Amino acid sequence: MQRFILGLALAFSLGSSAFSEAAKEAVTSFTLDNGMDVIVVEDHRAPVVQHMVWYRAGSADEPVGSSGVAHFLEHLLFKATDTMAAGELSAVVAANGGNDNAFTSYDYTAYFQRIAADRLELMMQMESDRMVNIRLTERDIATERDVILEERNQRTENNPRALFGEQQKAAQYLNHRYGVPIIGWRHEMEALDMEDALGFYRTYYAPNNAILVVSGDVYPDDVRALAEKYYGAIPANPDLPERFRATEPPQTAARRLTFRDPRVAQEYVSRSYLAPERDAGAQRKAAALTILEEVLGGGTTSYLAQKLQFDQQIAIYTGAFYSGVSLDDTTFDIVVVPGPGVSLQDAEDALDQALRDFVDEGVDPTQLDRIKMQLRAAQIYARDNVEGIASRYGRALTSGLSVADVQSWPDILQQVTEDDIIAAARAVLRPEGSVTGWLMRAEEAIQ
Amino acid sequence: MRPMIVSALIWVLSLIPALAGVQIQEVTSPRGIKAWLVEDHSIPFMALELSFRGGVSLDPADKRGAIYLMTGLLEEGSAELEAVEYARELEALAASVDYDSSDDTISISARFLTENRDQVVALLRDTIMKPRFDPDALERVRGQVLSGLAGDLKDPNEIAGAAFAKMAYGDHPYGGPEKGTIETVSALTRDDMFDAHSRIFARDRLFISAVGDITPGELGKLLDDLLADLPETSVPLPGPAEVTIVGGVTVVDFETPQSVAFFAQHGIDRHDEDFFAAYVLNQILGGGSFESRLMHEVREKRGLTYGVYSYLVPKDLASVYMGSVASSNDRIAEAIDVIRAEWTRVATEGVTAQEVEDAKTYLTGAYPLRFDGNGRIARILIHMQMDDLGLDYIVTRNDKVNAVTLEDVNRVAAELLDPEGLHFVVVGQPAGLETSTN
Repeated sequence: MQRFILGLALAFSLGSSAFSEAAKEAVTSFTLDNGMDVIVVEDHRAPVVQHMVWYRAGSADEPVGSSGVAHFLEHLLFKATDTMAAGELSAVVAANGGNDNAFTSYDYTAYFQRIAADRLELMMQMESDRMVNIRLTERDIATERDVILEERNQRTENNPRALFGEQQKAAQYLNHRYGVPIIGWRHEMEALDMEDALGFYRTYYAPNNAILVVSGDVYPDDVRALAEKYYGAIPANPDLPERFRATEPPQTAARRLTFRDPRVAQEYVSRSYLAPERDAGAQRKAAALTILEEVLGGGTTSYLAQKLQFDQQIAIYTGAFYSGVSLDDTTFDIVVVPGPGVSLQDAEDALDQALRDFVDEGVDPTQLDRIKMQLRAAQIYARDNVEGIASRYGRALTSGLSVADVQSWPDILQQVTEDDIIAAARAVLRPEGSVTGWLMRAEEAIQ
Repeated sequence: MRPMIVSALIWVLSLIPALAGVQIQEVTSPRGIKAWLVEDHSIPFMALELSFRGGVSLDPADKRGAIYLMTGLLEEGSAELEAVEYARELEALAASVDYDSSDDTISISARFLTENRDQVVALLRDTIMKPRFDPDALERVRGQVLSGLAGDLKDPNEIAGAAFAKMAYGDHPYGGPEKGTIETVSALTRDDMFDAHSRIFARDRLFISAVGDITPGELGKLLDDLLADLPETSVPLPGPAEVTIVGGVTVVDFETPQSVAFFAQHGIDRHDEDFFAAYVLNQILGGGSFESRLMHEVREKRGLTYGVYSYLVPKDLASVYMGSVASSNDRIAEAIDVIRAEWTRVATEGVTAQEVEDAKTYLTGAYPLRFDGNGRIARILIHMQMDDLGLDYIVTRNDKVNAVTLEDVNRVAAELLDPEGLHFVVVGQPAGLETSTN
């Protein structure tokens, strides 16, 4: 078949040295004397810069009972400092034609501005200021707590799929804080106060717990000079704690949950398994799982789509999800949305049969070639999105990985074999290590 | 080889340093197809954007959802390739092709490596010229669409959007349902797919942009290979929509903790001479940043919401001025009071000179930040063509913003803002709110 030959030819040409050149990213890294890491990603196509500060502190670092405080503090960092009024930082960014925002996850909190490249110094001045100088009022606490409660309403309470996902994650993690939602449990959010926020701030917001990532039309020497002036002037926090995280015990019993809500229109089965993450210097298992995700659930040509959507009309949608960038054990997730007239039990049984068949049959080598080809091409496309490259480093470095780990990752993915993938599937997709959730309509409570 | 006609107009955007790299060329292919091109050979790939004016508004009244479903079927095989073979081919070429539909356009966004350009264009050509609409693919995608429609009926945002469209546009195609209903979609046939296809794909309403690693000569050949055999014309576009928004409140009862509200009044046309003044006004009143009046009053001061926004919506066939907010059921009435009060305050008292200056600095400074990546630039070029803004728009746009004065903004605020005519569609169980007409 012509298409087959075409695929091979492409794989060959993209494997050449010309490809490596095309995929090269201009990344420089160094560390300030106070321990703050700095990453510079150059892209001189337009005089624009993105300035980000990532803290190695996320919701999974929160004290027990104060869920949501990492995210709450993120909001509060837009209030006053010793020298800036509440909202002034964002107003100054806007008045200089820039955008700013921030985000929080399990393992990190990050702040960023996108702006003309010649405004970088002003951004560093303001961002370094709020690293250690915020001044909060009780009114800030009360109003912003209402805002995050409305945010939880919008993201979670108004969405049965999100409520279900939160319950499933809680069932997955018996002992680790990944079982607690990033935005927090509502009853704990309602009780967050000034001391909770400042306690987290004083513990984790320090240069030796932060990573500066600057991308765009900048040169490493200039970034270094500015970073030393603004961030280098802040002393390291000598009392920065080790990131202590409880570990999950081995899972020896399958867990199940059923979530019913009258707002559910489409029922589905969600399956998760505890899975290893990318570890510094040891990324091969995670690489195999990353490709397993594509093989099983990466669109129309994937194994599950073929088995459940094409060979049999069991499902209208199937998908697999794995993110290896995580400080601690992550999950491998599968979703099956049954077609009309197919019960959740039948959908789940078909999924389990397909997973058993998959490890028996092995990986289709032509599918693996196509996936590797797409991964190589993705490196070229990635160069068109310098902020994406910058974020990739920020996430990795707050999740226990090094610059070297990020840079060796594409090659490690290319080295994954069919046997590696099947071995990863056998190790992770264990029935006794599974959590299975059914999202159901309320009106079908009695059958 | 036939001669290439490349427009002599190449705009060097020295006025805006951040946009110095964005030089637009108008390319006309040997067979007369026009496209806008920004050459950038620094990364060996290109973005190609095709947009067909008319969108789902070209559905016949009794076949709503046909064009939406047809668009979903475009990636389900073409010419001699069945759905799975087609998908494998695209994967082997490491290309991505996304399809999108709206009231005014059907768009195709493609991204592919230079070394695979010819194969991808051949595949895209078959996608557009030789769709299969296989019965099994039709049933598979219909199942997905029906599942989505059932979901929309229980999604507060979708419920609010549908109720608003019906109220504002009535029986015009803008009034929906743009994806059809469970009844209409269930009844669609394979012949309806071919009919829907013929309604969209014609040369007379096609807009094209290309950004990345391709020369004008190569693009001319690509355009002819891909599109020259399309029919010249298709069915006529619908006429203008009459916007019928009467001030008041519509409550749609739905059991959920947080009410979702859309609000709207009559809008302003993209080509109105006051459009830029209205644009600056909206930035001050409820534009996307934390600095807007609505964000200050509703979120920062009172903590009533996570986000409140307003936006001008100048569509091809009607214009409205819209906004959105979400607050818990016991607080939404207060949020709406605050929004109404701010709408009234700006209409009667105007804004300050400082606010106008800040908004202009933000809008002019943020404009170049949009041009970050081949696909993003390609989509901007499409909008410029569809809005008939001219090749020099990127250069002149900030001048138009800067020319807006405080007097312009306050005059337009008084003329445009209509607090009495503002209608809120609220989905949820809002305390202290009932359906009413001002």
